[in-house]
Amino acid sequence: MGRKILFITTDQQRFDTIGVNGGIYSRTPVVDQLAREGIRYTRAQPASVVCMPSRSSMLTGQFPSKHGAWMNGVPLRVDAPSVAAALHDEGYKTSIIGKAHFEPFLDVFGKFTENSLSSLGVPTVEQPWYDGRRGVHRGFDHLEMATHGAAGMLHYARWLAENHPEMMGAFYQVLDGELNVNAAGGGDTDAPQVKHNAIPKEWYHTDWVADRTIAWLNSLETDNDWFCWMSFPDPHHPWDPPQSEINRVNWRDVDLPTGYEPNRTKREAILDDKARHWRMWYDGSLVSNYEAPAKWVPATLTEDQIREVNALNAIEVELIDEAIGRVLGAIDARGWGDDVDIIFTTDHGEFQGDFGLLFKGPYHVDALMRLPLIWRPAKSSGVTPAVVDTPVSLVSLASTFLSVAGVPQPEWAEEPALPISNADANARSLNATITEWDSALFGVDIHVRSVVTDEWLYTRYAAGYAHDGTEGELYSLTDDPLQRINRFADPSLKAVREELQARLDTHENRPGVGEHDGVLVAPV
Amino acid sequence: MATIRYERRIKASPDTVWGVVREPASIPEWFPGITSCDMDGKLRTIHLANGLSMPENIIVSDDITRRFAYSIVSPLYRSHLGTIDVIEIGPQDSLCVYSTTAEPDVLALVIGGGTYAALDEIQRIAEEREGK
Repeated sequence: MGRKILFITTDQQRFDTIGVNGGIYSRTPVVDQLAREGIRYTRAQPASVVCMPSRSSMLTGQFPSKHGAWMNGVPLRVDAPSVAAALHDEGYKTSIIGKAHFEPFLDVFGKFTENSLSSLGVPTVEQPWYDGRRGVHRGFDHLEMATHGAAGMLHYARWLAENHPEMMGAFYQVLDGELNVNAAGGGDTDAPQVKHNAIPKEWYHTDWVADRTIAWLNSLETDNDWFCWMSFPDPHHPWDPPQSEINRVNWRDVDLPTGYEPNRTKREAILDDKARHWRMWYDGSLVSNYEAPAKWVPATLTEDQIREVNALNAIEVELIDEAIGRVLGAIDARGWGDDVDIIFTTDHGEFQGDFGLLFKGPYHVDALMRLPLIWRPAKSSGVTPAVVDTPVSLVSLASTFLSVAGVPQPEWAEEPALPISNADANARSLNATITEWDSALFGVDIHVRSVVTDEWLYTRYAAGYAHDGTEGELYSLTDDPLQRINRFADPSLKAVREELQARLDTHENRPGVGEHDGVLVAPV
Repeated sequence: MATIRYERRIKASPDTVWGVVREPASIPEWFPGITSCDMDGKLRTIHLANGLSMPENIIVSDDITRRFAYSIVSPLYRSHLGTIDVIEIGPQDSLCVYSTTAEPDVLALVIGGGTYAALDEIQRIAEEREGK
């Protein structure tokens, strides 16, 4: 019997939203305790700042330029490498419960397995489409899907429709009548993607994900090894937690974030110092990607709206922490408490008011790129608690899970297992990570590559709709932690730029880049 | 208004490829997710696996230019035009181009995205018919 793995992800959660990372509005005692007992990473970075590419990188251990799901709406190919498949081959029971999103949601023709599973029933290895080796789908032999709200064809929506149909309309309507991300405001401040949701807490998707995870765990034999990816859809917008929980954080008591410059002239000057698409989006003259409401203009964002969004976000984070606590209790009750590795992270961040922005897009700064990552190794492994400050990538997760199972880094995995200490990182020369962005939507294409080191965040923009190929950004992470001063054109930093550019060039020229690029077939 | 276009090189004669798509009622055979359709003159109503139905006007099925054109008339769309062109490259070599132009923009991709999988099927059927 080996170590079991509980992989917990949230969606669109900033580094600074949990207590142990300095968050002050969410009470997160469960995750904080995991951090104290394990390894807390202070600079974990996604392969992409949107869902499908980032999640695909966690599953495949590859960057988007290699696994091919290069933007939301591009499905990960079914035969892509999968850490779940590798663990399944090692005898692990494997599941994903909650939000997967390796395949597009907006799937009117029902082409994608994730969307058809709820109508086919919850699959098991006994069912006819199990191929005898890889599990039912992408190496998972149990899948139960949920996303933001009750729309769509996933298990949670079906469960709610069958059991509590009166609550189907309680959630914020994520998409408008034209299937754009909805710009309609709500709550107390008319903030976009905000609604007071009448659904009881115990029927909300956060609790549903925990309930279904516990049910799956309780279906296992005590001596099974297992890998469970428990994937909460929150705190991704819409910000519509159960109304009964609204009083946990009063938005009127929430301070504006340090990344928000209240003086409009200064705020816009900061934006103007960056590559030009920042200001274009802020002013409403550019819609580069589907993930933010196309009809919402960031320049209209008010301070009270920022406060309300951050309060609701904090409530959603707190509900997740409590749900995790319930699952850990169920694990303890099964007698597995000492033999489970627990990894907690998210797929990307959220602006939450930084620079006067909400949501996400081709903007490589800490709001979107610096993520919470905690690895609580199984207590039986004897790993010493640590704080790791070296930049690490979520691409390392696949190799990390396999290392827990005693499997060496496979040939297809592009990054090694996570370091367990700064000394371990130094010994293995792990000192920089890369984040990619590529998008091409309705004639607007944006291509971004960034490298993060202990000291620098360096970004280059390839030629596209808004850029001519000469633009870039360079921030000192030590002197300018809010990334307000772009030093890309600073002549005194020529050598720094050249060294960082060489790292990006090496990344771009590695074997296999672009060989599996998929095709955009849906908005998201 | 937004436009989506996918192309596919097919190892089959243009007449064979055109033969796959030229009949409006044949769409359930080569468009994944469309389970059936009803024809009423120039009006075709497609039925999807998820229970949705959409009415379409058949604009043209031109055997000379090998162009098929249709328009969804659902109230969801302010405008829609779908076209399939089969172009001769060589005797056993064709280019099939499936284009979608629509407003609202997102709906062009929602519907147009499905045409990529349709090209997979058109290719498979045409090449099977020629014994490839």
